[in-house]
Amino acid sequence: MLTLENVSFEVQAEKGNKEIIRNMNLTIDDHKFVVITGPNGGGKSTLAKLIAGIEKPTSGRICFHGEDITEKSITERAKMGISYAFLQPVRFMGIQVLDLIRLAAKKQLTAADACKYLAEVGLCAKDYINREVNASLSGGELKRIEIATVLARGTVMSVFDEPEAGIDLWSFQNLIQVFERMREKTDGSILIISHQERILNIADEIVVIAEGRIQNQGPKDEVLPGLLGTASAVDACSMFNLGGKQG
Amino acid sequence: MIDGIQKRLLEEVADLHEVPQGAYNIRANGQMAGRHTTEHIDIVSKENGSGIDIRIKPGTKHESVHIPVVLSQSGLTEMVYNDFYIGEDCDVVIVAGCGIHNSGDKDSRHDGIHRFFVGKNAKVKYVEKHYGSGDGNGKRVMNPGTEVYMEEGSSMEMEMVQIKGVDSTHRSTTAELAAGAKLVVRERLLTHGSQQAYSDYVVKLNGEDSSADVVSRSVAKDDSFQKFDSQIVGNAKCSGHTECDAIIMGSARIQAVPQLEANNIDAALIHEAAIGKIAGEQIIKLMTLGLTEEEAEAQIVNGFLK
Repeated sequence: MLTLENVSFEVQAEKGNKEIIRNMNLTIDDHKFVVITGPNGGGKSTLAKLIAGIEKPTSGRICFHGEDITEKSITERAKMGISYAFLQPVRFMGIQVLDLIRLAAKKQLTAADACKYLAEVGLCAKDYINREVNASLSGGELKRIEIATVLARGTVMSVFDEPEAGIDLWSFQNLIQVFERMREKTDGSILIISHQERILNIADEIVVIAEGRIQNQGPKDEVLPGLLGTASAVDACSMFNLGGKQG
Repeated sequence: MIDGIQKRLLEEVADLHEVPQGAYNIRANGQMAGRHTTEHIDIVSKENGSGIDIRIKPGTKHESVHIPVVLSQSGLTEMVYNDFYIGEDCDVVIVAGCGIHNSGDKDSRHDGIHRFFVGKNAKVKYVEKHYGSGDGNGKRVMNPGTEVYMEEGSSMEMEMVQIKGVDSTHRSTTAELAAGAKLVVRERLLTHGSQQAYSDYVVKLNGEDSSADVVSRSVAKDDSFQKFDSQIVGNAKCSGHTECDAIIMGSARIQAVPQLEANNIDAALIHEAAIGKIAGEQIIKLMTLGLTEEEAEAQIVNGFLK
């Protein structure tokens, strides 16, 4: 179980400090599939970074399985079982896809085992396993490799920041299946930031965040109907009509 | 004849754990320590004792030549000239390399000039590794000079690696390519401490449809200095590409000077150079996989130089 207690996060702006997350209280229960949605600039990505340890709260406490992790580093949190898939995956010159998956899995996976994770995200494994994770890969390919690294870790808590961003329509269908399978198989909790109706639709719980606060939170059946047709829950077609990413 | 230190140097520079297969010539502390020739590959000492000639008969396929050099005696300075004559239609692997162990106070230095005469349609893979060890105050110095003359339709792939322990190096490589010849160079360099490395290339694409691809990847740590100077000259319809990617760390300094010269309307030449520190987000990504900051940095450097 992950809990945020009165968490705030401020950044320095031109006109004094700006609050990105305001006194937030949130609990993510074990084995839950939770989707966070809401308008852009509302604090969703910052929340994901606070959980992964990339940002530290200005005030408040974050606890993971009863332990206060507020001051713990990214590495310590990763070792405790928190995974984080970047909104914009990082490129590495020279590091191959296989290397990255092995680092994620923390063991010398055989190439065949590593391929399973790539196949899972819809990449033809033999074409990719020896590729460098560099600028020769498209945004969508990188995004899927990023998701594969989180799958390979198999941790109790996985956080995905807009996994659909930059992915084409065909791949998007596969991506939904990836998350559906994950939902069935995993013992852990899954936290996804998404505007996608189809991802929201497989959630156990939906949290709507705007202006740094939780605006609404509850089981999917209660929250989703109120979101349909808004920018917080777009269908696949309108996502692609808008160029792949909600403005 | 070969002692423990020399054995370790041989492992580092030529991946040799035992006597190699095929032709070889091992030079240790300025003396010949072993030689083997085959039906197709002959190795003879130059009459003036300044080096060796390696002659590979036309049509020799899938054979290899190892010519490692090791220095373990502090203060030894040597200059060696090795000439490779590769016959037409050969397909061979040549492994050179130099390891210096210096635990004394005097500088040890190996300067080697390698000349390659690559016959028509021959294919050569050349691997050269340089390595230094020892904790003495004496410097470990290597200045390799490489000259490549490629005849029509020949191809050569050169892998040059210097990852550890060489205090000072000035590498100078020149190549001249006839029609249809193809040269690929992959250089990997790591400097640390107060090491200095200079690497110069001059590649002349003289024949029609000749091509060259010269790529250097380097990492400069601590207070070290590197200069990469790569010149491609297109004298005919040809294609040339040179690239230098470098990671800079600590207080190191790097200069990259790619140069192109086109003397023919159909010469297509490209250069790229990029120097930068390790991106913070690369470290963060690997930390989210459970690596510490130091482990992340090491992975990024190792991957880059792999």
